[in-house]
Amino acid sequence: MGREADPLTAPGAGRRSALTRRPSAPCATPGPARRPAVPRRLLGPQNRNLWFWIFVGPFVIGLTVFTYVPLAWSVYLSFFDAHNTVSPTDFVGFDNYTAMLRDDAFTDSLATFAVFTAFIVPATFVLSLALALMVNRLRWAQAFFRSVFFLPVACSYVVAALVWKMSIFNGVRFGLANTVLGWFGADQVAWLSTTDPPWYWLVIVTVRLWLQTGFYMVLFLAGLQRIPPRLYEAAAVDGARPGWQTFRHVTFPQLRATSVAVALLLVINAFQAFDEFYTLLSDARGYPPYARPPLVYLYYTALGQEQNLGLGSAGAVILALIIAVVTVAQARWFGLGRKEE
Amino acid sequence: MSISRRRLLGSGTGIALTGALAAACGSNTGRGSGDGPAIDQWYHQYGEPGAEQAVKRYADAYAQADVTVQWRPGNYDQQTAAALLTASGPDVFEVNGPTLDQIQGGQVVDLTDLVAGVKDDFHPAVLATKTHDDRIWGIPQVVDAQLLYYRKSMLADAGIEPPRTLDELIDAAKELTTKDVKGLFWGNDGGPGVLMATPLYAAGLSAVTDDGTVGFDDPAAARTLGKLRRPYKDKSLLLGAPSDWSDPSAFIQGLTAMQWSGLWALPQIKKELRDDVGVLPFPKDGPDGAPSVQVGAYGAAVSARSEHQRQAKAYLKWLWVDKTEYQEDFALSYGFHIPARISLAKKAEKLKEGAAAEAVRFATDHGYAQPLLWTTASQTAYKDALSRIIKDGADPDGELRSVVRKTEAELRRVKKKR
Repeated sequence: MGREADPLTAPGAGRRSALTRRPSAPCATPGPARRPAVPRRLLGPQNRNLWFWIFVGPFVIGLTVFTYVPLAWSVYLSFFDAHNTVSPTDFVGFDNYTAMLRDDAFTDSLATFAVFTAFIVPATFVLSLALALMVNRLRWAQAFFRSVFFLPVACSYVVAALVWKMSIFNGVRFGLANTVLGWFGADQVAWLSTTDPPWYWLVIVTVRLWLQTGFYMVLFLAGLQRIPPRLYEAAAVDGARPGWQTFRHVTFPQLRATSVAVALLLVINAFQAFDEFYTLLSDARGYPPYARPPLVYLYYTALGQEQNLGLGSAGAVILALIIAVVTVAQARWFGLGRKEE
Repeated sequence: MSISRRRLLGSGTGIALTGALAAACGSNTGRGSGDGPAIDQWYHQYGEPGAEQAVKRYADAYAQADVTVQWRPGNYDQQTAAALLTASGPDVFEVNGPTLDQIQGGQVVDLTDLVAGVKDDFHPAVLATKTHDDRIWGIPQVVDAQLLYYRKSMLADAGIEPPRTLDELIDAAKELTTKDVKGLFWGNDGGPGVLMATPLYAAGLSAVTDDGTVGFDDPAAARTLGKLRRPYKDKSLLLGAPSDWSDPSAFIQGLTAMQWSGLWALPQIKKELRDDVGVLPFPKDGPDGAPSVQVGAYGAAVSARSEHQRQAKAYLKWLWVDKTEYQEDFALSYGFHIPARISLAKKAEKLKEGAAAEAVRFATDHGYAQPLLWTTASQTAYKDALSRIIKDGADPDGELRSVVRKTEAELRRVKKKR
């Protein structure tokens, strides 16, 4: 059964529909093909453009309204003295930027978090990769263990931080960690209030590892399952010993793309740290000057009672630029997107 | 059965619209029953049973407007600060201020005319924190004081007198510390958050002087703040308690012999410990020192973005100036606060004996309120410095020098805006 030609795309189709077109004069030679009307062209063949925008449009609108407009507004605010207002009039140029860069509290928070990142990124990387390797070797109950390790990812950062703060690492004798120490006759420790030694890092790092390791383990697991078995067979034929040698020369190189993505995500997450730090260390009167992430500092500057939205926006722009530069440098260093050999 | 894209989209849109309409029609606005314009009023969440029902009852009793009360948990100060930037915020709201930036930013309405005639009946220390350029920007609701609670029996057993100087307090905290009980609790952070400028006032200084200059650019400040390191170093401080200084649980549970907390905690403490509790102001330090008690007051303010400013002011006057029976009820029937009006505080039966009477006397004789000119940025710099002095053993002189510079810069900024 032959299909009828689409009256809109058939040669000679005019502005009017096929149903209302007057029949051409007999024996008349057909004129040159006319282009469809502008609205029709906008809709595209089979209304493809229309459907594209129906599906994509809401997300584009959401992204514009809730991400790009606030971003642009934040950059705009950063050039103004904006205390308690989002529509300032007092232009100050780069004063907010220089003030923020001279602010010891802000630069300390950046330095602290460079150190935190230098620790938490490799720690999470190694732990999640180790878990993935172990789960990947399981011959039975692999799905069960994968789920068990992944489960903490579903837990809210705030809830986990509260459990760590109020139950495991509270500073009194009946806290879980202090109870265990008590069995060995040790004194109780104020985990989150002691700066010498800085025990609060133990609390912060353990809660973060517990929360995020499972997610990166699943990424590595996906990467491991994509490695063709024939590579291992070839390595065995060549005399590679199972274990470290095979991991070093076969598994790890094959995981390069996953490793780069994991490292990038970990660095960005480390610099965007907020939830668990705020929950663990803030109180009704503010936040202590130690273990203060940049975002927590900016939150108090811009959205606390200080409401210095200009200064806070300048800090946010500086932080965004730092994250962007670090990410791009890291991507180039690791060759993100480079074709795998 | 196949479903076309059009039908799927049409059905989805229909369901979404139905849901939205149902949500809109079914939402409970919690409106009051008054006539006239609709007024939104915000309170922060008090932990005291019955307080929420009480304020809603007051709102319902107002006949000139339809008042809706929002009882807001969480970071209330941040919520109001953000809401005041938009037109969708409250008309009338409770505020731990207003702050100087809120006043200078034109976010709140001048309420001076509302208290004409009764101005002298308000506690002067808390009214001063609501006053800028001789105009009043918030009406104090209740007065809260912070005091040192101590277990009489624990001090008696150790043969220790209630401390009258900072040195005595530090020594007492050390002597009262045992394996299971710490001598002193003034916040899980070791003190900076709750003490703030109290030690400065105990040394005879201030945060900002009456003529608007830095009040702690003095060697006495470094001497007093330096002493606060000792209880931390001696391990006399309770740190990391499940609830912080504002809650008396640690004190009631016997985790500490002395605790710095608010007057609001007294009923709970009395209920659990009966007469085994005494109260003290922060003890003096040095030859020019004097005991100090920080007093503060949430105030009622009107948003400058309100479309019903006139009606909002009328409601506020009715509630926090005219209706003295409601003011007394709010202060003393649910929690435990000193009424902001001196005449009400004097006749309140609950404040006439025992530790409550002592607390009121200390608040009256030694009360200070944080000056309006001491901005949030100055306070943050000071609190960070105090934390480093206490926990890291940082040099108090050096730390205070940078705080003085920051405070001077802030004072210049806010004076420029006048």
